[in-house]
Amino acid sequence: MQSISGWDTVIGLEVHVQLATKTKIFSGASTAFGAEPNTQACAIDLAMPGTLPVLNKQAVHYAVMFGLAVDAEIGKESAFERKNYFYPDLPKGYQTTQLEKPIVGRGNVEIQLADGSTKNIRIHHAHLEEDAGKSLHEGDFRSGTSGIDLNRAGTPLIEIVSEPDMTSAEEAVAFAKKLHSIVTSIGICDGEMSQGSMRFDVNISVKPSGSDKLGTRTETKNLNSFKFMEECIAQEVDRQIDLLEDGGSITQETRLYNGETKTARSMRSKEEANDYRYFPCPDLLPVVVTDETIETLRRNLPELPDARQARFVKQYGLSDYDADILGSDAGMSVYFETATEKSGNAKLTANWTMGELAARLNSEAIRIANSPVSAEQLGGLIARIADNSISGKMAKEVFEGIWAGEGSADEIIEARGLKQVSDSGALEQMVADVLAANQAMVDDYINTDQAKRKKKLGGFMGQIMKASKGQANPQQVNQILAKKLNELL
Amino acid sequence: MYNLTIAELVRGLQSKAFSSVELTQHFLDRIAALNPDYNAVITVTADQALKAAIAADKRLAAGGAPALCGVPILHKDIFCTKGVRTSCGSKMLDNFIPPYNATVVENFEQAGAVVLGKTNMDEFAMGSSNETSFYGPVKNPWSTDCVPGGSSGGSAAAVAARLAPAATATDTGGSIRQPAALCGITGLKPTYGRVSRWGMIAFASSLDQAGPMARTAEDCALLLSCMASLDDKDSTSIDHKIDDYSASLNNSIKGLKIGVPSEYFSEGLDKGTEQAVRQALSDLEAQGAELVDISLPNSGLSVPAYYVIAPAEASANLSRFDGVKYGYRCEDPKDLQDLYSRTRAEGFGEEVQRRILIGTYCLSAGYYQAYYGKAQQVRQLIRQDFTQAFEQVDVILGPTCPSPAFKFGSKGDDPVAMYLEDIYTIATNLAGLPGMSVPCGMVDNKPVGLQIIGNYFDEALMLNVAHQYQQVTHWHNLAPEGIA
Repeated sequence: MQSISGWDTVIGLEVHVQLATKTKIFSGASTAFGAEPNTQACAIDLAMPGTLPVLNKQAVHYAVMFGLAVDAEIGKESAFERKNYFYPDLPKGYQTTQLEKPIVGRGNVEIQLADGSTKNIRIHHAHLEEDAGKSLHEGDFRSGTSGIDLNRAGTPLIEIVSEPDMTSAEEAVAFAKKLHSIVTSIGICDGEMSQGSMRFDVNISVKPSGSDKLGTRTETKNLNSFKFMEECIAQEVDRQIDLLEDGGSITQETRLYNGETKTARSMRSKEEANDYRYFPCPDLLPVVVTDETIETLRRNLPELPDARQARFVKQYGLSDYDADILGSDAGMSVYFETATEKSGNAKLTANWTMGELAARLNSEAIRIANSPVSAEQLGGLIARIADNSISGKMAKEVFEGIWAGEGSADEIIEARGLKQVSDSGALEQMVADVLAANQAMVDDYINTDQAKRKKKLGGFMGQIMKASKGQANPQQVNQILAKKLNELL
Repeated sequence: MYNLTIAELVRGLQSKAFSSVELTQHFLDRIAALNPDYNAVITVTADQALKAAIAADKRLAAGGAPALCGVPILHKDIFCTKGVRTSCGSKMLDNFIPPYNATVVENFEQAGAVVLGKTNMDEFAMGSSNETSFYGPVKNPWSTDCVPGGSSGGSAAAVAARLAPAATATDTGGSIRQPAALCGITGLKPTYGRVSRWGMIAFASSLDQAGPMARTAEDCALLLSCMASLDDKDSTSIDHKIDDYSASLNNSIKGLKIGVPSEYFSEGLDKGTEQAVRQALSDLEAQGAELVDISLPNSGLSVPAYYVIAPAEASANLSRFDGVKYGYRCEDPKDLQDLYSRTRAEGFGEEVQRRILIGTYCLSAGYYQAYYGKAQQVRQLIRQDFTQAFEQVDVILGPTCPSPAFKFGSKGDDPVAMYLEDIYTIATNLAGLPGMSVPCGMVDNKPVGLQIIGNYFDEALMLNVAHQYQQVTHWHNLAPEGIA
């Protein structure tokens, strides 16, 4: 257990994952994100009288795939319950969910920590359910009223419930990221956190170090970024410890964290909690998953992140660190492999994918799948770096050109005349000319202590690159320059 | 024309003895003239009906039209009808116009039947007297100071008064059979899952089942053939072969084993009703059937189990009526809580509110096992009773309800007395079995119903028994005074 000044932290997560089905869990309406309010809600989603749910088989398959990915027991006969509560964005007045017999039972997820160690986090279960709609409080509404958008209502979810096995924000975030990596890798979720595709409820309690007795917990709901989760856990742990150290007690409550203001508030206490009056949903039959279906899904399960990371080390000779970063992200790994196939140089491709490309995509908040520079284009660019056609500096210019839509690396190199000069005869002449034209610098170099001469090389390099309009191959120039200056000593 | 059965109307239409337009206008005229006396029909769709009749006449002229093409019917106002107000007998849905048809409605439309309008009913099908309708009570055509039964009282009274030759209905605890008995007509509740529930406004989803009401078993067979379907829009619709219900009507019932449960002839059964039912059993015996005394030992538990399960499901089913999306909304709500509580207090009647409260209570933390859990166990026992009984007998017969139609208001202040109206019908809903009611006598000039309970998907056999009974009796041909 990790301790903060005499206290242990206990964290459990409930994770809502929107499944990437085309249609909703109980209706044929589209699940696409971002449409005009209420344009993707059919009579069933609107809970019109007399309408009935029909279970989307793809959602069931996706849930089973998750179960297989975390080595869990699969509920061969699971069942739906109604969870009753009134809220305007809950059209039926109940959520159709699973309680007694979830589709996914106990499982395990291994997380990697910064110190290189690993830890097993147990999955208690995962169940299928429907998402609610959204209440809109900003917009063109009559004063004192809100809008309701039911486009999201009925989007299939799995809710993954962990055991309280995490003892720090680091572990919780590592677990959250690992789940993100798993569900995107097996293709059951698009992983778009900003669109609410994955949302985290964090249960937190503290107890005196070493104590067996769990403290009273709070639940902070609906965190949709790893950063917010980390901040919120740190803040909540501090708050609980401060309260207890001041002789106070923790109230069991549901809390909300505002990532903008970095503040949390209580939403409702245990006393105000709903009695959800769960009971079996009479409109749906038990969900039967046959052994045959399970085996078919197991056979076709896409590569899991752990396996992919190991393969990246073995197949491409990547470092563990690079393999972790590239292999944990489904989009990035596909991109990396496609680009490497084109470039023929895995290490350089890894560096560019995690470096220049990732930074640029991040700064403009673009998903790698929608990158303006395609994997093939980046591979083409790296091929030119690898064969010394262009320098790293030129490559950045070419990258910008590809990003701006000017064409492939070769087209841009051609159009801008960026071809690197690597012809040694031409370079020797260029160096000789620069040395001849800068006799004072040469004298200065000769008269400098040997130990400090290396620093003087930069001045010559600058002159040579200027003379070559940046096209001289810098490694070659370096060698030629050192050789020629040594000859003068 | 109004005294013809559907079987006779079909022959008349196919032989061009009359047109669907003539027939439709005839019944529209009858509704206009007589409905004010009974309040059985709450929406008349005259223009649409005549248009449908014209189309039906064209299909009939072209030849090869389905049996029910051109036959006028009424739908209980629990079935969603595209573009036509579907109220479920409630103020809550007084302004609700569905953008879709119930599968039952769709099936009749495909068959070319002509819809004259929608019938009155107890609010959300909760009632046994039709006194809970927002549109006022339906009057029993046999005695207008008496109830027609419920919840399908409008459909039953309309058929009894010959406002239509047939009507659709639904049965959650007896809502087809009890009003059929009280109005002297024939009604059938099929096996759960036989008829699609899509578009049928839910009361208690695990018990609700739609079925036909007509004057004869032969007509019910024709109607059920149209209503029964496997529907991928209803997950509880069952993939089971649909029998040709008309084909087996004339089978002999010689050697048929009829179970007579002692529990259905005990305390609480009106003497006249008992005599009529016993006479019917003798009539069937005379036709060669064999009477077998049986026991359904857990019958006494069916009413209490039902009044836990049905309200529990209803409490969730009716949560969607919250004033947010459609239907009634209270004036000027001051906040969300006010919107919910006033919309539901003003939009729902007393009986509906009572059942929502009972159901909510039964599902509450700490009470769930004692009520809902226990009721589900009872349901299993009741199912077992029937399973064992059907190992010995082919059908089970008894009274449909304890007494003939009672006077308005006579049970109004005693919900439990009202709930006991369904004491003989509820068990079949809990078990998911089919049941029907056939007129079998008169007490004080009011009809008595004979209940026929069949094994799962044995509708054809039940209709056969009922039809054979109707071949040797005249009760189904009687009409209320002034009607025929």
